[in-house]
Amino acid sequence: MSSTTIDSKTAWGGNNESPFNAGYGKLMMWFFLLSDALSFTGFLTAYGFYRHYYGSIWPTAENVFTHFPFMQGHHPLLYVALMTFILIMSSVTMVLAVEAGQRMDKKAVTMWMIFTLIGGAIFLGSQAWEWTHFIHGTELGAIELGRGTWTVNGVPEFTQGIIARWQDDSKQALLLPWKEAGEYIQVTGAEMAELLKNGTEIHGANLTHNEYGHPLFGDFFFFITGFHGTHVLSGVVLNFIIFVNVLMGTYEKRGHYEMVEKVGLYWHFVDLVWVFVFTFFYLV
Amino acid sequence: MEHSDNTPYKYASHHTEEEGKKIRKRIWLMFWVLLAITSIEVVLGLFWKEWGISWGAVKLTFIVMTVLKAFFIVSEYMHLKHENTMLKNLLIIPYVIFALYLAYFLVTEGVYSDMIANKFW
Repeated sequence: MSSTTIDSKTAWGGNNESPFNAGYGKLMMWFFLLSDALSFTGFLTAYGFYRHYYGSIWPTAENVFTHFPFMQGHHPLLYVALMTFILIMSSVTMVLAVEAGQRMDKKAVTMWMIFTLIGGAIFLGSQAWEWTHFIHGTELGAIELGRGTWTVNGVPEFTQGIIARWQDDSKQALLLPWKEAGEYIQVTGAEMAELLKNGTEIHGANLTHNEYGHPLFGDFFFFITGFHGTHVLSGVVLNFIIFVNVLMGTYEKRGHYEMVEKVGLYWHFVDLVWVFVFTFFYLV
Repeated sequence: MEHSDNTPYKYASHHTEEEGKKIRKRIWLMFWVLLAITSIEVVLGLFWKEWGISWGAVKLTFIVMTVLKAFFIVSEYMHLKHENTMLKNLLIIPYVIFALYLAYFLVTEGVYSDMIANKFW
């Protein structure tokens, strides 16, 4: 806890001193997290690049993630906000476990570790639920346009692969996503029939098709939230191992609970990444 | 060279019940701060159109708030604020350099792809 200054003799002269006044394991955890943070920065930067590149044909998250378990209707981003809250909450219980460990309070560490595990499990379940919804999509679906051109502001644009959404449940009008033309372009009647003839109806999303817009959105969604979810999963596994060790009294015998602190660092990092994913994927 | 196998491990931090109370108070304070920032983000995300705020301003607010949240998590929960100064610099400086480098390429290469799209060559 104390950050005392270190003279150069100690720093470079060995004497079994850490130049950073921190244990080896903790240092290595920090360095791992640094490299991991750079990976996630790369993913989110790439996402930002394509998001701006595709502009109007890129779906906005608030139109995609609108469901809430056991509730009907339109609730944009509400469930993601809840997931964020759950992860922050489990970060708090983790830091409380670390604090209890520094007081050598085994009972409190056990309790807070249980809460952290529950938080992680709920988050993973939520993510699975959200993936399911994204993959299955809506009943209404959308039309992926086939070959052809469509004139936007006097400039012909290729229609191949463009996702046109229905205006409403009656399926009387299609909305083409070129916002440069002002609002969405509304198509009805014979023109719509022509588009439908060449297009394919799609529901939900996978790696090559995406009901909500450009397929790259789906790819980034699966990749970024999937990679984060893998981190959460391994975090839960690590937390569980630590939890078992706490129960068995391993750290009590060792005289310190630094292992809880190290795994805690990883767990906070998972929360930290989600903070960025929440902003750059869901909000912006 | 002497090995430290039989000397007790000294880098694990300990504190008393008294200090623990103060630390816990700080943890919960940080929790409320993080919760407040997230709530503001969600409310802003839902109502910015109705309130007539420009998207640019909303986006900037989101990014500032995210960096603020990241700062609180790293400094308080991950305890970096209380670590050795050298360790702090070693972790933060490389990260910031590479993150800015990536952001720089996002902007410049973004213009390049715009060139291809509009066939400027």
